[in-house]
Amino acid sequence: MTIPLTWYLILSAALFAIGLFGVLARRNAIAILIGVELMLNAVNVNILAFWRYIRPDDPSGQVFAIIVLTVAAAEAAVGLALFISIYRTRRSINVDHLDALKG
Amino acid sequence: MALLLFLALALVALLAAVGMVTSRNAVHSALFMLVNFAVYAIFYIMLNAQFLGVVQVIVYAGAIVVLFLFVVMLIGGEIGAVRSSLRRYTYAAALILGALFVAMIGLGIAQTISTDQTVAGAPAAGGVEAIGMALFTTYLLPFELASLLLLAGMVGGVARRYKALDED
Repeated sequence: MTIPLTWYLILSAALFAIGLFGVLARRNAIAILIGVELMLNAVNVNILAFWRYIRPDDPSGQVFAIIVLTVAAAEAAVGLALFISIYRTRRSINVDHLDALKG
Repeated sequence: MALLLFLALALVALLAAVGMVTSRNAVHSALFMLVNFAVYAIFYIMLNAQFLGVVQVIVYAGAIVVLFLFVVMLIGGEIGAVRSSLRRYTYAAALILGALFVAMIGLGIAQTISTDQTVAGAPAAGGVEAIGMALFTTYLLPFELASLLLLAGMVGGVARRYKALDED
């Protein structure tokens, strides 16, 4: 008994939407970055499910997933370095307080 | 059997994801993230992508969660709610948008993909050998670009720290 492809797709859509909710609803920069990581991972599940069910003899799907993983890692490292730097100058990483560019 | 396993894991993943975006303490968020990423690794192995499963555990559950925990340790774990009049509306709007998004995607999936789509007959090229072959021949340029991106991220992180040290 195999798992239908649609189950994977719906699960990853739900996880993506939870991440989207986190990005939109939270005001703390770290919580927002956690939401973004959740979304990137949901996309990876999607990619691998499509790879397994549609084109299993072509490793391109896995290469895509590896590239997404690389981007997520770089994004987390730079983002967290930025948050520390912001915290040192503003004593807060609440995105509502980061309004220096507001006209 | 596989279906039951999938449903149980999906439930754990969803609960951990909800915990991630709703918990007040960033340390709890990061630990929920660890659970979530571990479940993803099991999904990858179920999908016959063993290499990705291992990489998921090493990179996400290992490196990224630890990085998050370090930053939380440095700048404090309280990420609780901000009291402002806008806050309630942001929450409601985010909930509605998220629910609409799932409904939209679910509808699209139901309409376009037949439910009896099963695993294609050929054995999956899930091994490290096939991935390495593709990565170093067909996808050599994206691979090098990804290494450039990682270098840029590393330099960016270090540069931010030096600038912060100069200001002290």
